[in-house]
Amino acid sequence: MTAALRFDPIRLPPECEQLRKEVRAFLAEEIAAGTFDPHKPNREDTDVPEFSRKVGERGWLGMTWPKKYGGHERSFLERYVVTEEMRVANAPTRRFFVADRQSGPVLLKYAPEHIKMEILPRICKGELCFAIGMSEPNSGSDLFAAKTRATKTDGGYLINGTKIWTSSAHIADYMIAIFRTSPPTKENRRHGLTQFLVKMKQPGIQVNPIGQITGQYEFNEVVFTDHFIPDDHVLGEIDGAWKQATSELAYERSGPERFLETYYVLTELVRAVGNNPDTRSAEGIGRLVAQVHTMRRMSVSVAGMLQAGKEPVVEASIVKDIGTIWEQQLPHRVRELAAFVEETATNRETLEKQLDFAIKTAPKLTIQGGTTEVLRGIIARGLGLR
Amino acid sequence: MAESENIVAETAEKIFADLADAQTINHDKKGEWKAPLWQALTDAGLPLSWVPEDCGGSGASLAEGFSVLSAAGRFAVAVPLAETMLAGWLLAQAKIVSPGGEMTVVPATPKDRITVNADGSLSGRARGVPFAKVAKHFAVLASDAKGSFSIALVDAGKCRIESGLNLGGDHSDVVTLDHVQPVAIKPAPPGFDQTRLMLMGGVARSLQIAGALESMLEISVRYSNERVAFEKKISKFQAVQHNLARLAGESAAALAAATSAADAIANATSFNDEMFLEAVAAKIRCAEAAEKGGAIAHQVHGAIGFTIEHILHRYSLRGLAWRDDFGSESYWAVELGKLVCSRGADELWPLVASR
Repeated sequence: MTAALRFDPIRLPPECEQLRKEVRAFLAEEIAAGTFDPHKPNREDTDVPEFSRKVGERGWLGMTWPKKYGGHERSFLERYVVTEEMRVANAPTRRFFVADRQSGPVLLKYAPEHIKMEILPRICKGELCFAIGMSEPNSGSDLFAAKTRATKTDGGYLINGTKIWTSSAHIADYMIAIFRTSPPTKENRRHGLTQFLVKMKQPGIQVNPIGQITGQYEFNEVVFTDHFIPDDHVLGEIDGAWKQATSELAYERSGPERFLETYYVLTELVRAVGNNPDTRSAEGIGRLVAQVHTMRRMSVSVAGMLQAGKEPVVEASIVKDIGTIWEQQLPHRVRELAAFVEETATNRETLEKQLDFAIKTAPKLTIQGGTTEVLRGIIARGLGLR
Repeated sequence: MAESENIVAETAEKIFADLADAQTINHDKKGEWKAPLWQALTDAGLPLSWVPEDCGGSGASLAEGFSVLSAAGRFAVAVPLAETMLAGWLLAQAKIVSPGGEMTVVPATPKDRITVNADGSLSGRARGVPFAKVAKHFAVLASDAKGSFSIALVDAGKCRIESGLNLGGDHSDVVTLDHVQPVAIKPAPPGFDQTRLMLMGGVARSLQIAGALESMLEISVRYSNERVAFEKKISKFQAVQHNLARLAGESAAALAAATSAADAIANATSFNDEMFLEAVAAKIRCAEAAEKGGAIAHQVHGAIGFTIEHILHRYSLRGLAWRDDFGSESYWAVELGKLVCSRGADELWPLVASR
C-alpha cells in the first residue's frame, strides 16, 4: 500500500487566539497611521523598513528561534497566525519575510556560531533583508545545473557568474546562494555545489532590476565579478548543498502565503455583492469559501505536524501544488462573479483595480519557489512512482 | 486519534477486509456477501455505534463512529451502515430506543419536509432516501404546524416506497408517509432542526467520499506500477505521474476537509457559524474532489477501469452518488454564500481563521 497521506485535524492552541488579537490590533494601528493601505494588494516592491522594525519590536520575527539568538522560542503555530494575519491584511512584509521564513533557519542550522550571534538578532529586530540565490540564466527548476563558480583563494572564495530572478536583491543586505565549488561527478550530478552567505552591497556584486508584467521591479539579475567571500561564510558541507536543500522545503512550501496571495479579491467581491446575494453570487462565493477553508485546514495541519517534529514533505508539496493553483485561479473566478455586481456598488473601482493586479500576478504563483511540475515530481516520488 | 477510536476503526476495517473485499463482492452477482457482512457488523455493535447503551446501542463516541465511516468509505461498503448509524444517532437525540436491523433517515435532502399532523401521525414525501427499500425502520425528523421539530421511529412497512438506484447502484428511494402512526415520537431537543440532521449526514458522506478517494489513489498507483505500455510501466511516464499527483491532491483535500468537519462536530459544545462552515465546506469540497479525483482514477486505468468486472467503479460511482445525499454541493454553496454575505466582507476572514 502507498504511504497514507495524513492531514490530522489540528486546532490552533488557545495562546494563538490572544496573539491573533494582538496582531490584528497592531495592524489596525498601522493602517490608521497610514503605514500601508489594506485595500492595496501587497506590492512586492513596496519596501517599508520602519514597518519591519516595528514587527521585530513586537517579537514577531524569529518567533521559533532560540532566545540566545534574539528569537522567542514560540511555536510554529503561533508563527503561522502572525503570517496569515499579515498576509490577509496586505501588510508590507517583503523586507523581512524571506529572512524570517527561510534564511534564518538555514543560518541556525549551518552557520558558525559567531555569524549566528552577529546576524540572527538583527533579523529578529527587523533590520535585515535577505535574498535567495538559486536560479541562473540556464538553471531554474534544474537547480543542480548551476554554474556560478566559487574558486578557492586565500582565506575564502572568489565568485564569478550570474544569478537571476532573485527577489529583493536590490534591497537585500544578505543573500544565501549556491555556487559551484567542484564539477558534478558521474555518479552524482548534484555533487559540487556549496551554500554560501553573501554580504550584498559589496564590491564585485552588481544588481540589475528586471521589470515584471505587473509593472513591478521586484526580481533582479545579480552579477558576481571576483566577489570575495571569506571562509567562515560557507554554510554547511563543501560540495554538499544538495543534502541540505530538501529538509527545509516543508516549511517553505506549506505556509499561508501559498494560498492567500490573491485572497483580497474574494473579500472585496463579498463587499461588492452586499448582504443579499443572488443565487449565482451566493453559490460562487460559497464554493470559494469552502475551498479556502479546506486549503487552510490542510496548511494548518502541516504546520501542526511540523510542530510535532514530523517531516510531512509530500503533504507540504501537495499544499503548495493545489494552494498555488487555487490562488492563481481565484481572481478569474472572482472576475466571473464580479460581472454581475451592480454598477452602484461603492467599492466597484477598488475591486476592478485589485482584479487587474491579481490577474497579472497570477502566472508567477505556480512558478516561484518550486514549479507545479517540480512539486508533482516530488509528490509522485512520495507515492512510489519514481 | 485516541486509542479506543483506533480499536473501533480497526474492528470495522477487519470486518470489511474479511467480508467486503471489493474483488469478491464485485464477482458476487447475487449479493450473497451482504447478509454475513451485516451480521458481523451487528455482532460488533457497529450499526448502533452512536446509540447510548441505555438506548440499545454500543455507546461509542462521535469520533469513533466517524472513524468507522472513513473505513466504510475506503471499502465503498454497499450496506446501510452509515444510514443505520445516522438513524440511531437521530433517535438518540430524543432518547428513543433503537430497534435492531437496518435503518435509514427520513428526510435525506434539505428541502423535503415530513409533517406531524394534529392527530400525531406523520405525512410527507422524501426523495433520495438511501437504502429505504432494505430498511426495517426509519428515523424521521418531522415538524408540526408551529415549526417545532419531533423525532420519530417509523415502521418501514407502513410507508409507500418507490424504489430507485443511485449512480453507484445502491438503493435511493422515494418514501411517502400518508398519516403514518409512528412507533414512537418525541420532541427534538431545543435548537435541533433539519439543518443539523443534513449537516451530520453530509459529514458522514464527506468521510465516505474521502475514504473512497484514498482507495482510488491506492489502486490507481498500484495499477500504474503494474501496467506496461510502450515497453515501460506507465507509472514512469511523467504525464501519468502528474495526473496521480493531482489525484493525491484531491484525495488530500477531501481527507483534510472531512476529518476537520468530523472533529469539529465531535468536539462541539454548541452550534455556530464556524460549525456550519466546517460541515458544509467538507461536503462541497469532497463533492468536487469526487468528480476531479474519480476522473483521474479512470484516466489512469484506461478501458479496463470502465468495465463492470473491474473494482474501480465501486469507488468512483459511489463517490459521485454520495455528492447528492443530504444536500448537494451546489445547495450548500448557496447557503454558505448567503451566510458569508450576511456576515459581511470584513467578517469573512475571522470566520475562516476561527480555529
